Amino acid sequence: MNVKEFDVEKIRNDFPILKRSIRDKPLIYLDNAATTQKPKQVIDALIRYYEYHNANIHRAAHTLSEESTKAYEDAREKVAKFINADKEEIIFVRNATEAINLVAYTWARVNIKEGDRIVITEFEHHSNIVPWQLLAKEKGALLEYIRIDDEGMLIIDDLHNLISKNNVKMLSFSQMSNVLGSIAPAREIIKYAHEHNITTLLDGAQSVPHMPVDVKELDCDFMAFSAHKMLGPTGVGVLYAKRSYLESMPPFLGGGDMIKEVHKYDTRWNDLPWKYEAGTPNIADVISFGSAIDYLLEVGMENIHNYEQRLTKYALEKLSSIKGLEIYGTFDVKKRGGIVSFNLGDIHPHDLATILDEDGIAIRSGHHCAQPLMDKLNVAATSRASFYLYNTKEEIDALVNSLERARMIFRI
Amino acid sequence: MGTSDIYREIILDYYRNPRNYGKIDDADVVIKDSNPLCGDEIEMHIKFKDGKISDIKFNGKGCAISQASASMLTEIVMKKSIDEVRKIGKNDILESLGLQNLGPARIKCALLSLKTFKLALYSYLANNMNKEDQELKDEASKLF
Repeated sequence: MNVKEFDVEKIRNDFPILKRSIRDKPLIYLDNAATTQKPKQVIDALIRYYEYHNANIHRAAHTLSEESTKAYEDAREKVAKFINADKEEIIFVRNATEAINLVAYTWARVNIKEGDRIVITEFEHHSNIVPWQLLAKEKGALLEYIRIDDEGMLIIDDLHNLISKNNVKMLSFSQMSNVLGSIAPAREIIKYAHEHNITTLLDGAQSVPHMPVDVKELDCDFMAFSAHKMLGPTGVGVLYAKRSYLESMPPFLGGGDMIKEVHKYDTRWNDLPWKYEAGTPNIADVISFGSAIDYLLEVGMENIHNYEQRLTKYALEKLSSIKGLEIYGTFDVKKRGGIVSFNLGDIHPHDLATILDEDGIAIRSGHHCAQPLMDKLNVAATSRASFYLYNTKEEIDALVNSLERARMIFRI
Repeated sequence: MGTSDIYREIILDYYRNPRNYGKIDDADVVIKDSNPLCGDEIEMHIKFKDGKISDIKFNGKGCAISQASASMLTEIVMKKSIDEVRKIGKNDILESLGLQNLGPARIKCALLSLKTFKLALYSYLANNMNKEDQELKDEASKLF
């Protein structure tokens, strides 16, 4: 399927919630960086599981358990293929936050010592800041930030300087900023880090849902992302880790399913990937996440990325025409995704979001869990519109009209 | 409630030209509170004399509703006795804002200043008058 055949009306028909009205206006959902809507295929998979297959997985000999085990492990295989990993390298957790914490509490806790450095960037989400702060404080390690330039892109010279310092053990960064939409040149950054023997974690929460991501090509050691930001259900996150890391790291949570044998004072860990999945996992949601991946592959990640680039270009052009509206981040759509942050005059983002809601438009307002970035931009908060495959140019026109209405109300 | 009703001239006027904005250098009590959900912040400075509020100022950052309501609150309580102002409830604030039908997310913006004010009164009574006014503290925590 090429870009011309991208049939947004057909896609929209798959999403029951898009038929909803908000305050008698058709819902215009532009908060996709927070969570995306779900197609009926994903909702049906969830219902089907509970109505027909529900059983706990692994180690039971009855039919239902065999079926749900197979469906759960099939979903793992779909996720693995989706990012070009092996299925043993896919660990299901609750969300991207938990995936990053898993690395901080296992690999990093063993390998990072007093005086070591952990490098992150100024455009990280709190989920890729706070776990490293906790670890740095516990170990007496140093946390350092790669700065961003006025366009919201990482300053590569800064990266080179920081990485060539002594004792840098870990580089953890977002492939796409959840506020500015900036896309980091991940492959080059990771290559450079590896030349300095630095372990890399890629936060793919905003990139994996919106563009093709191949972990073998990127060569990242770890990658984290969340199902609910890519048409899947809430409560499922993925940690990808290279097999060599998973083999040498200590387990995260202890309990059932992550063991091979338990004796009174000693335990042998289960094989990969189950060594990192203690207790009954989120079976139903993992299985319906598999349906979300089927859906995305059917449309095609390259098509989704191209379509969103066109939408973003259109949105940036239209939004620029609004008097008093300031957009943060680059205007070069080749370097960014479909996340647009802005402020309109002296209207606080919460007031703006309230006005837009009256027109049925859902945007996010606030610090977007990126307070260090807000400080850097020298704002308390921003408004953020973020797009996905079901959004349209007409919806962006409606956003622009509603922003003009807000401008009238506030007399800007 | 429609937005055109929320963002009336009076709210915008108090947002852009807040009355009693600033600090009091020799305040008897200074209390800051915030709404962690949205990051709105209000700091109240109050000076008391003869059981009355002799001066009050606020500063902070946040949306039009939070800043306008704080400014209006300072006008309502200025020069009034402690007994009088400790009875002020959320309906008094919402009425003066003209915003009785705010939704659950935005009502917190309107009540942050009242919460901060009640905590300031509690703090003054406890520290300067040796009076633990538990009721006042409970009322503050019940606002949101």
